[in-house]
Amino acid sequence: MSESQPLLKVMNLNVQFHTNKKTIRAVNGLSFQLNKGEVIGIVGESGSGKSVTAASILKLIPTPPGEIASGEILYKGQDLVQYKEKDMRKIRGNEISMIFQDPMTSLNPTYTIGNQLIEAIRLHKKVSKKEAIKQAIALLEMVGIHEAEKRLKMYPHEFSGGMRQRVMIAIALACDPSLLIADEPTTALDVTVQSQIMKLMKQLQIKFNASIILITHDLGVVWEMCDRVIVMYAGQAMEEATVQELYENPYHPYTWGLYDSQISKRTDPNEALHVIPGSPPDLSQPLQGCPFAQRCPYAEEVCFKEKPAYVEKNKGHKVACHFQTKTRNLSRKERDQNG
Amino acid sequence: MLKFIIKRLINLIPTLFIVAAIVFIITRMIPGDPASVLLGPQASASDVHRLREQLGLNDSVFVQFIKYLNDLIHFNLGQSFAYKQPVLTLILERFPNTLILTFCAFFIALLVSIPAGVIAATRKGSWMDYLFTVTSLFGISIPVFWLGLMLVLLFSVTLGWLPATGMASSGDGALAFITHLILPSVTLSTIPMANFSRITRASMLEVMNQDYITAAKAKGVSHFFVVMKHGFKNALTPILTVAGMEVSSLLGGAVLTETIFSWPGMGQLIVEAINKRDYIVVQGSVIFLAVLYVLINLAVDILYKVVNPKISYDTKGGK
Repeated sequence: MSESQPLLKVMNLNVQFHTNKKTIRAVNGLSFQLNKGEVIGIVGESGSGKSVTAASILKLIPTPPGEIASGEILYKGQDLVQYKEKDMRKIRGNEISMIFQDPMTSLNPTYTIGNQLIEAIRLHKKVSKKEAIKQAIALLEMVGIHEAEKRLKMYPHEFSGGMRQRVMIAIALACDPSLLIADEPTTALDVTVQSQIMKLMKQLQIKFNASIILITHDLGVVWEMCDRVIVMYAGQAMEEATVQELYENPYHPYTWGLYDSQISKRTDPNEALHVIPGSPPDLSQPLQGCPFAQRCPYAEEVCFKEKPAYVEKNKGHKVACHFQTKTRNLSRKERDQNG
Repeated sequence: MLKFIIKRLINLIPTLFIVAAIVFIITRMIPGDPASVLLGPQASASDVHRLREQLGLNDSVFVQFIKYLNDLIHFNLGQSFAYKQPVLTLILERFPNTLILTFCAFFIALLVSIPAGVIAATRKGSWMDYLFTVTSLFGISIPVFWLGLMLVLLFSVTLGWLPATGMASSGDGALAFITHLILPSVTLSTIPMANFSRITRASMLEVMNQDYITAAKAKGVSHFFVVMKHGFKNALTPILTVAGMEVSSLLGGAVLTETIFSWPGMGQLIVEAINKRDYIVVQGSVIFLAVLYVLINLAVDILYKVVNPKISYDTKGGK
């Protein structure tokens, strides 16, 4: 792999699910790339295609009904879409690992933590059982689980949610993957544990200079962890920028909506929380125009008719919105000033 | 764990008392008199009376029951009217035969149904899934006596490959033993087979949708191990429950199968005893089977713990 080559390059990815008579287009022409050591955040509300994107990279979409209809997923220059199941198994858990949303259900309840951790190690590394146990203990200690040797013999139900997520992280890191996909790793945990897990992930990321795709709907997590952010809606990228750029100067009204829906110190407890009105479009119907137009408070005629192009407006800041490219320029700061 | 087992064994006592009472009442309600059945239609009234006296049948029902309970407490199942032998001897003579038949039928059922259920679940909607589903529906619906007779008709009468009835005695050699066993075991295995494959399919389908299955795939585990290691062990609990129930009912002696194939097992013993109004044998056999039933259920409960580490019998106020 040459220095300039990105670690992962997703090009025009389309993922579909075929159900009874319907085809749901969960991901529509998504493109992005990730460099080594970079942490990229994918944000969006439920049903925006974040998790499907994550699962597609490892080809974990249940097929049928799911299917990667077209596009390329270039990992170190190799197209994973063309990979056979047998070859994918060498990638999974070895080159690319995944951390799942719900640690309560992601560990097999009938095997010990040790069994599951050692399984992950020995699947890809040719080490003796003794050596694997040693490595497993080291991994557990690394993710902050004390008395690791004793814990290996325990079952998942004897662990708390936060502990289980630590175990999941240890399993994911077992074979030193080049890329880690974390699919809402803290969503199912309570707030204090969330921040512990995020801290741990940040530490490990710095320690190993890992590349991470972090899928979340929590912008707070994004500010803390990521270098770059992709805002997804209806299976498409709406906006992409560095964290700082997006924080200071978001272009897309959908991104604004996500901003405004956050709870911060400034949130007035006496006022109703902000919500984006409406719900995401039915992805089994063909989309015309901007997918967000139905819910966008600024939508004009052109938004319903013509699909906005995804263009780089500023250096490294891409957006798909007519207001940024065609018609009048909207900016969030201006809007806030006008009340 | 030990406490749990002891507690369950103590619970056996009231269960057995109730079983004894019910069987006792039911046997006395069967029309017909054991003494007249034993002596035949030509016997004189005074002979019948004398025999009734000998068998203790002239006592009041209540006194008979108390005497019977007293025998039971001393682990004495009584003496058969018709066979003139202790009931326990009769049972121990017949029970191994039932055990052999049960074991074979159970083994055949598992051998076919577990792979069928797993394949049907992992290839849901495929032609194999439909084939297995329809076949198991047949398996449950076909009356055992009809299937048994049809098998005899085909394999014994028409083709002449297998003996129609009976069990080989020890002098006949291993081959005869096996050939005599095939038809009754296959007949007996159909219902458990169908039940197992249905429950295996349903249970596997549920398990294969769990997050830990996706997580296992994400680790790079091969499809076979995802299904057999991560899937199947989790699917085992309901399968165990059904297996326990099936074994208990098979051990109870498959009355129809044993009758059709003249298999000298528990089922046949009970049927003969009822025909001869041999109350003591009926009572003894039923109590023997009740004990077995409870013990098998206990074994299943212990196995649950092996399969599912979440189950603990040691906690206070636990099961």
